[in-house]
Amino acid sequence: MTARKAERLMNLTICLLVARTFIPKDRIRQAVEGYRDLGDDAFDRMFDRDKEELRVLGIPIEVGTIEKAFDDEVGYRVRRSRFELPEISLEADEAAVVGLAARVWQHARLASATTQGLRKLRAGGVDVDESALAILEPQLATDEPAFDDVFGAVTSRTPITFSYRRSGDAGTTQRHLQPWGIVSWHGHWYVVGHDQDRQAPRMFRVSRIEGAVEADGERDSFQAPDDLDLRRLASSLAPPHPHSSARVLVRQGAGDSLRRRAATSKPADEGWTEIELPYGSGSSLAEELSSYGPDVIVVEPAQVRDAVVRRLTALVETAEVSR
Amino acid sequence: MSATAQEQVERMLALVPYLRVRDGIGVDDVARDFGVPPAQIVKDLKVLWYCGLPNSVTGDMIDIDMEALDGDGVVKLSNADYLTRPLRLAPHEALAMIVALRALREVSGPSQRETVDRALAKIEAATGEVAGPAAAVDIQIDQTDDKIRATVDEALAKQRRLHLSYYVPGRDETTERDADPIRLVFSEGHGYLEAYCRRAQEVRIFRLDRITEATLLDAPAAPPDDLERHDLSKGLFQPDPDDALAVIELEPAARWVADYYPIEQREELGAGRLRIRLRFSDEGWLQRLVLRLGGAATVVEPAAVAAGVQSRAAAALRHYTA
Repeated sequence: MTARKAERLMNLTICLLVARTFIPKDRIRQAVEGYRDLGDDAFDRMFDRDKEELRVLGIPIEVGTIEKAFDDEVGYRVRRSRFELPEISLEADEAAVVGLAARVWQHARLASATTQGLRKLRAGGVDVDESALAILEPQLATDEPAFDDVFGAVTSRTPITFSYRRSGDAGTTQRHLQPWGIVSWHGHWYVVGHDQDRQAPRMFRVSRIEGAVEADGERDSFQAPDDLDLRRLASSLAPPHPHSSARVLVRQGAGDSLRRRAATSKPADEGWTEIELPYGSGSSLAEELSSYGPDVIVVEPAQVRDAVVRRLTALVETAEVSR
Repeated sequence: MSATAQEQVERMLALVPYLRVRDGIGVDDVARDFGVPPAQIVKDLKVLWYCGLPNSVTGDMIDIDMEALDGDGVVKLSNADYLTRPLRLAPHEALAMIVALRALREVSGPSQRETVDRALAKIEAATGEVAGPAAAVDIQIDQTDDKIRATVDEALAKQRRLHLSYYVPGRDETTERDADPIRLVFSEGHGYLEAYCRRAQEVRIFRLDRITEATLLDAPAAPPDDLERHDLSKGLFQPDPDDALAVIELEPAARWVADYYPIEQREELGAGRLRIRLRFSDEGWLQRLVLRLGGAATVVEPAAVAAGVQSRAAAALRHYTA
């Protein structure tokens, strides 16, 4: 059954591909083994299904009219120039790099799309080298449940709506977005686009989308800005760069990663070093400094010092409540 | 069943042009390139035998030398001049490849980047209009200190041993060791060096941005032959099942923890609160994490960690109140 169907689909493809002009349906019916013995309705149904399956594979079946003396007729064809992979030839080092691409995706569907693409390149005469000893291996993981839907919406330019949980927020809000692009930024996927609620560009972390992503309009119903530079936009929407400086005491033998970022460093009281630490966000710095417990003391600014004290107090109180 | 026929057609459309330029190739080699068992390739060939130009009994069908196939296990295909080229790349295939190459570009050292750029340009040219959506995907990965990266690249290329100064955040200390580099892995936004650590005598993974110094040594890299490589297919850091288990309750402000670390179980407690079970190997690391969360997380178990956090927080607070 499978073999006969595969054979029929192949023959239909070849039949449409060799045609110089549109061929009418009844000629196709005569030509392709497997259609000939069917009744009219059965043939119509099968032909429609077959065409659809070939289109899913990416075969560009065109429909046109054939002019006849009395009555125009519908015909079908596949133009070779739109069917065939253009000529491509890769140098050995380029082929090795392309071979590495197969190992990048940790996402089943995108990994198999890459493999299928490589297969076509091979069939086009390129000797893709997948066995090259990989001393370089990037991995793109996509564990976020909403990834597929967001990725699909970006590539089909479909507006979406979803329920979004902001960091540190108990509740979720319903957001409406024209998704311009998707960015893997330091290991996490973000969708960037025009936020229809805020009427401004915004960036959303895909892992914080809860539940289903729904279409909020037609395919191709918006356009991303022509001069869209995802990377610049993403970094402008991301946390600020260091522009302030804190003075911090670090106990001997501790806080190695703080010392490494320090702008200046000098000995303080016995067993302590005083460092000057550049930072962007005071609250992130307070978070980080709290993690060192009694091995770090904030001298200034007061804002960071107070935030650390608040956090430590909360920690002690949490422990008392749960006891 | 329908999906199978479709997959077979997809494969056969690539198989015909592939075989036309590789006359007499072994069926095992074909199977390897197509990632299917040799028996499936034989099945495909038997279907192709019945395919060709319609309405022609006289030699316009695809010809396959069945004797050579059955006898010598080699494929000789002819008479398929109407299928000289494979089908063009579908948009999702082009997109997946281009984004994968962009990720490679992002992690390449300066010497490899030029090669990736050439390959990318050729692939983008071959995909034509579908390259558009690829502009909508960007990959950005932490950049490492150029000097350290160059040293690591050189060690990998020349297969030489490295001396590393490496910061271990769990213990908050810098360690010294010699290591034989194996490969660079980039995952979840960070670069890692997989190397055989001479001190631990096993394969270790070093995050590039935690290597504080790298020195190229004269000795050749000589990892043992029976090396146990990490299986990276399930992510870089799979918690060890022997690790201890912690139960932690997260306030909304600390929910990000469940996104960042491989947790074993999550349970919604209402009002945005979450209870998670998390494996950990280093008590110091877990204490540090909870201290960082500043009251937005409560350790339910183990009690020793809860007590440790508590005493460190109290000790820290005394610096400010004394």
